[in-house]
Amino acid sequence: MFNRDKWNEIIEALTANWFRTLLTAFGVCWGIFILVILLAAGKGLENGVKRGFGDIATNTMFMWTQIATKPYKGLPKGRRFNFKIGDVASIREKVPGLLYISPRNQLGGFGGTNNVVRGLNTGAFNVYGDYPEIINQDPITITSGRFVNYGDIDNNRKVAVIGEGVKKELFKIGEDPIGEYIKIKGVSFMVIGTYMKKSNNGDREQGQNEIFVPFTSFSQAFNRADNVGWMAITAQDDHSITKLKKNIIDVMKTNHTIHPEDNRAIGNFDLYQEFSKINGLFIALRGVAYFVGVLVLLSGIIGISNIMLIVVKERTKEIGIRRALGASPWSIRGQILLESIFLTIISGMTGIAVSTGVIFLVNKILDGIPATNETMFANPSVDLTVVFVALLILITSGLLAGLIPAQVAIKTKPIDALRAE
Amino acid sequence: MPHNLNLSIMIEIKDLHKSYQMGSNSLHVLKGINFNVNEGELVSIMGSSGSGKSTLLNILGMLDEADSGSYFLDNIPIKNLNEKIAARYRNKFLGFIFQSFNLINYKNALDNVAMPLYYQGIKRKERTDKALHYLEKVGLADWATHLPNELSGGQKQRVAIARALASEPKVLLADEPTGALDTKTSYEVMDLIQGINDEGKTILIVTHEEDIAHMTKRIVNLKDGLIIDDGIVEQVRANSYV
Ligand SMILES: Nc1ncnc2c1ncn2[C@@H]1O[C@H](COP(=O)(O)OP(=O)(O)OP(=O)(O)O)[C@@H](O)[C@H]1O
Ligand SMILES: [Mg+2]
Repeated sequence: MFNRDKWNEIIEALTANWFRTLLTAFGVCWGIFILVILLAAGKGLENGVKRGFGDIATNTMFMWTQIATKPYKGLPKGRRFNFKIGDVASIREKVPGLLYISPRNQLGGFGGTNNVVRGLNTGAFNVYGDYPEIINQDPITITSGRFVNYGDIDNNRKVAVIGEGVKKELFKIGEDPIGEYIKIKGVSFMVIGTYMKKSNNGDREQGQNEIFVPFTSFSQAFNRADNVGWMAITAQDDHSITKLKKNIIDVMKTNHTIHPEDNRAIGNFDLYQEFSKINGLFIALRGVAYFVGVLVLLSGIIGISNIMLIVVKERTKEIGIRRALGASPWSIRGQILLESIFLTIISGMTGIAVSTGVIFLVNKILDGIPATNETMFANPSVDLTVVFVALLILITSGLLAGLIPAQVAIKTKPIDALRAE
Repeated sequence: MPHNLNLSIMIEIKDLHKSYQMGSNSLHVLKGINFNVNEGELVSIMGSSGSGKSTLLNILGMLDEADSGSYFLDNIPIKNLNEKIAARYRNKFLGFIFQSFNLINYKNALDNVAMPLYYQGIKRKERTDKALHYLEKVGLADWATHLPNELSGGQKQRVAIARALASEPKVLLADEPTGALDTKTSYEVMDLIQGINDEGKTILIVTHEEDIAHMTKRIVNLKDGLIIDDGIVEQVRANSYV
């Protein structure tokens, strides 16, 4: 396989007609180029869209109460109800496989009335009462100080973690907010940290304009008693939140005396399901890329096969001579196959090199453009798997391309081959 | 021929038949050939065009197969060989010399001579040494790096002879080795062949030139697929002409 003479002969055969070899190589080069570019473009689109999700834990659902739409056990329909803090424990107890269950309360909102005051500065911000785990579910980057911890929860500490946006509105430039007090709806909270939101989605601006305070002190300060506004629930990696969702909701229905078939009483948003849909789209896109790329590649391979066939025909006499001198059918066949694989791989690698070059350039250009929410395209790339798969496809196709010519080469009896001119 | 002499019999064929199928027609070319060749013989096969000389030689060379009859080469039965084994036997036992030389035109003289050694799996260094040795033997050591189209017809045939000798075969088979050469060159080539035979190599030559045939030691005459005459002749040395 790796002896010098064999390679000499391959090089000899391929360089005998440079122009023809180049034309042949171009077909495969082009095919693999198209394949890689399509895959990279798909990846770029995927990266762009998924950037919107940021680091959010995708195996997550959100759940909130709505209005009971069916009477049940003597209770009327149209009834309002609230999740209670005790629900967290009962979900944890009855539904295994969950990683985080974060009860949340929320105050105010964007465009609402100003609810936060510091000295002369005021602002309207979302304020959340949260448990420490929420930072794992919707990650934020702490830029100074720290996030809410269980000490804060247990001691009902009136502390707050504010977004960089909040800091900008309430504090002077260069002023350190840590240890300072802000008034949320008239209640004083001490700032213990600032953060930046990691995800880059549409509410980027709003994302920096949130304030996190401990769930317990929130309830106390704003008279929520043991009510829970909504919950963010993340399943463990080996469980699917989509599968656990029904159990969780059933537990809530039991706890709150909701008719088992009342599907509108509890609202939910299954992030995983949404994410899967998008994922499915990209898998389909990749399928299309492979389909188109492989088809283009196929025509290149047919080209190689064709040329090899001509080469074999041209060399019929030579093959006859070689066989008279003792070349076994396999050495002849192997030679043709090797030649075909070699040509395919060389031209394919050229295609891969050119396409990665193009991708590199595109990345360079994209890097120059600041990533905004409108760019649905980021970091188009091919990973090693793609190159590996492409290589595998090339070897296989080189083999396929050489198969028929190789068979033709040994089909002729040596005596007939010798007679050829 | 006495049986106890079997050891020195190089080629033994019995009742060899061969027909060519052409559509619905069948052309019976060899109609029962019987003959033996002893080790060290120099035999010429003669006959008019179409008498089956090449057909016979190709069967002896395992390039083609007989329809019936037996063929032993140095006591090895040559029958129902698959291509792989046939290729190995050709490589080990036989050296071919063709009328049209059949050198590979993009390889130089040395590489052409080394080719059978390559198929024997001999290492490059040893191959080159051996090939050079045989090129020397045919007097073309200085032409080792020349391509075939830089050589004269006689030189090409000498390269081909060196190539046939390189694998140290049991038998040399030559189909009209002088057919494409002028008289003078033909005699030079025959001189070389006689020299090789003098060293003990068994050689079969197909020719239809009387003078060439008389430079061998035995003439077998074919007619219509049968041997009509087979006899020892007084060998004429080719160098007596030059
Ligand atoms: N492959 C073939 N298919 C059909 N007929 C063939 C084939 N090869 C040879 N023949 C026929 O067989 C007969 C013998 O051919 P062969 O080549 O053995 O003759 P030859 O004695 O070598 O003649 P020449 O002196 O012209 O070379 C001829 O009539 C030829 O036409
Ligand atoms: Mg002939």
